[in-house]
Amino acid sequence: MLASITHYLPLTTIIRRRMLPADGRILVKIGQKVTDLDIIAETMVDHQHLILDVAEGLHVSPRRAGALIKIKRGQKVKQNDVVAKTTGIFAREVIAPDDGRVVAVGSGKIVLETGGMQLDLQAGMTGIVKEIIGNRGVVIRAFGGVVQGVWGNGKIDSGILMSVMDHPDDNFDVKRLDVSIRNSIILGGYIEDPTILQDAVELPVRGLILSSIAPELMSIALKLPFPIMLIEGFGRRPMNIKAYNILNTHIRRNITLNGNVFDPQEGDRPEVFISVPIFQEPPPATEIDTYTSGQSVRVISLFKPSQIGTIKTVNQFPTVLPNGLRTRTAGVELESGEHIMVPLTNLDLLI
Amino acid sequence: MSINPTESHTLLAVEIGTINTRAAYFDVVEGSYRMIGMGQSPTTSAAPVRNIMVGIQLAVENLQMIVGKPLMDDEGHLIVPTKSDGSGADNLVATLSLGKVLDTILVGLLPEVSLQSLENLAQTNCLRVVDRIHIMDPRQLDEIVDTIVRYRPDLILMAGGVDGGSRQFVENITGIIGLGMFLLPVANRPAVIYAGNDDLANSVQAALSHITSRISVTPNIRPALEFEDLSVAQRHLANFVVDLRKKQMPELEELKNLTGGTLLASASGRSRMVRFLSSYFGSRQGTMSIDVGASAVSLEASIEGDIYSNIFPQLGLGSATSDLLEYTTLEDIERWVPLEIPQESIRDYLYQKSLYPGYIPVSKEELAIEQAIIRQNLNLGFEWMIQRLPEEIRPKPGLIPQMGSIIVGGTPITGAASQGQKLMMLLDGIQPTGIVTLTLDQNNLLSMMGAAAEINPLLPVQALDSGALVHLATAISPVSNAEFGTPIVRVRLIRDDGTESSSEILMGDLQVLPLKSHQKAKLQLRPLQNTNVGFGSGRANEVEVVGSSMGVVIDARGRPLRLPSDPSQRRTLLQQWNKKLED
Repeated sequence: MLASITHYLPLTTIIRRRMLPADGRILVKIGQKVTDLDIIAETMVDHQHLILDVAEGLHVSPRRAGALIKIKRGQKVKQNDVVAKTTGIFAREVIAPDDGRVVAVGSGKIVLETGGMQLDLQAGMTGIVKEIIGNRGVVIRAFGGVVQGVWGNGKIDSGILMSVMDHPDDNFDVKRLDVSIRNSIILGGYIEDPTILQDAVELPVRGLILSSIAPELMSIALKLPFPIMLIEGFGRRPMNIKAYNILNTHIRRNITLNGNVFDPQEGDRPEVFISVPIFQEPPPATEIDTYTSGQSVRVISLFKPSQIGTIKTVNQFPTVLPNGLRTRTAGVELESGEHIMVPLTNLDLLI
Repeated sequence: MSINPTESHTLLAVEIGTINTRAAYFDVVEGSYRMIGMGQSPTTSAAPVRNIMVGIQLAVENLQMIVGKPLMDDEGHLIVPTKSDGSGADNLVATLSLGKVLDTILVGLLPEVSLQSLENLAQTNCLRVVDRIHIMDPRQLDEIVDTIVRYRPDLILMAGGVDGGSRQFVENITGIIGLGMFLLPVANRPAVIYAGNDDLANSVQAALSHITSRISVTPNIRPALEFEDLSVAQRHLANFVVDLRKKQMPELEELKNLTGGTLLASASGRSRMVRFLSSYFGSRQGTMSIDVGASAVSLEASIEGDIYSNIFPQLGLGSATSDLLEYTTLEDIERWVPLEIPQESIRDYLYQKSLYPGYIPVSKEELAIEQAIIRQNLNLGFEWMIQRLPEEIRPKPGLIPQMGSIIVGGTPITGAASQGQKLMMLLDGIQPTGIVTLTLDQNNLLSMMGAAAEINPLLPVQALDSGALVHLATAISPVSNAEFGTPIVRVRLIRDDGTESSSEILMGDLQVLPLKSHQKAKLQLRPLQNTNVGFGSGRANEVEVVGSSMGVVIDARGRPLRLPSDPSQRRTLLQQWNKKLED
């Protein structure tokens, strides 16, 4: 059975797509070196559209209006620019009500695209541009450490990693949210209190890597201006020891936190990336594998979360679970030495 | 009907679900079609594989070991038709329930007429309605254009106007819709289905065909003000959506070619089988199929010859579970949990399950939560389905239409730990009324057989006769206003071996009348207190029943089922009921 895989890698080669949400302008070339904060592409989003009824404005038929329109598709106009007019003593004109760009002309109407906001796409990692994907994005190849999460809020930023954790099962202590960690990416535990998120905005921080949050904070987390990545998910859950240890080795180093929204279809996951200088190119991360004995796994469980263990056996035929369900399982030895039987679907291979 | 020896016999059927891909092999054994074996594999549409054919190959690989013959060549290609050395299958059919929910904008004339019909049409497929545009829409035309650009819908469903009716709104709005679509990059332009005033079909098509090639016309779903006809549009939409999936999964084209065109939406396959089974069972009452899957809860009902198809992606047990509390409450889920489990744990389970859609409950507590969610989702699904039934067949509030037969698929139910658990989930979740036969589709064959029927109508008939479906139980659910504890029905079960048992059923009872698997019996029902056991208030009757491991179940707990508000009492009662069906 194909395994679910999460990467906790101290050093690897990764290849990531960075995509604009809409067509835009690519600002880099293939082979170009980029750093995490470099803007590699830009586009405009959240446009509004204005339909100007030229025929009505000029009191002519739509067909005649077409001949009186003075602008072309793609042309930029300023507010109060004349976009169509008749001639003669009783000349009429239609003016642009706002700055904008003509995106459609026809049937006696003009459509102006106005407003909008520039969206800059950061590289998100230090690496080399490997491919350009039309006018939508680029593929970057980079070397460094990776720690993947299970949930992200869709934001990205880079900064110095600081920790407010002493143990993997810590709750986030609001008192430790002080100026000494301002403008950093914070490694924290479980958050239940929404005021912590508010305080983090006010401090400000550049990102949060958390073991988990209370489910009711999800909607707030999605609106925060900085990235959040959850290592374990929702509800009170300690951080698994493997992720905790690897992240702790990078405290006070510059990292990129890409809080990608988890999209299993596309393979996009939230992740931390830590650029590491290399002398020899490390092997790329394994993307496809099956469960076999000896592998390190996280056991997904509601009531016994964040357990790490090693697969000892993979059962070829379905076995009966304590609750009576039958499914294919693996025998796993937990770090505590306890042996448990786990459905293969509840295992997350840690590579 | 007999099998023509010169015709092709063997069939490979594939069902691609969100979590699992199944492959079943059918052949003729002793003169009739049987399912010979089934293989299963995780579906591989997601990264890093991103190719459903890999999951199909893995499922067929498992199947080969069971049937003992090669169905693929050395390179992993399916062998269709059968080769001279006997490898492969004569035919291949496939069904698909996988695929992201399609964001859809509805465009109708009147909110309570054509727009309502579009809502009903949308509910027959895996669509999420993101906006509705109609004649009373207060928005400016520019804002409607912005809406289309902002949402970037996958699909626009248009209707409006009775046949021969007003043209102006539809013509005007088509221009605005076209403009909105035009402003999107070509690759992101939505597909369009027009199901409105037939007189305008050509002009709508002409206006939009230069903007998108994916425009399609189907007969008016509201040909007259008081008359809705979704039947053709529903099938059309199902096929259209499968075609749209090719954009997300180009390898579907290869699969469709191998099937010779028989690639159906799973729900279409099930609908076809429900229609067929309705006549097969010869029941006067309706026939229904229920599928509880990771991607959706699907309910297909055949009532008085009409098919009512409902797909609720928001009730799927996979990634949608984190949004479930938009439609229900934790209290409404918790009421079905027979163990003392904090509400926070139920809430956490919903959110964690959305991160791990294939998660299998391990502890008794997790299983109790999952099965409570299934009960509540079935409750919601039936409530929503009933809302869109025509008034003349809509049951009294709180009741579901009387069904003669219900076939249930989906691993969360069919894979439950015991027959008692399966039955209890169904009785609580569906809350059937009258006499109903509950059947399990353990191998999710229904949709595959629906697809197979297209090329071989004999196969589903004979495969069913050979036991492809499992009889779970006959349930009798009286409807009564009597006080709890008062007698409402006297029952007498006369088995074909001559033994008998009689019982007086009290309001609130859940009783099992033992009747061995496959054993036949006559069941005499004499209602008291104006109780309705399925033949009308106070009417007695005798019916033939067939036994199962669960016997014949009399569920007199009340319709709708009301649970004690005290949590401790409620849990005790749920445990008592569970125990009755586990014994």
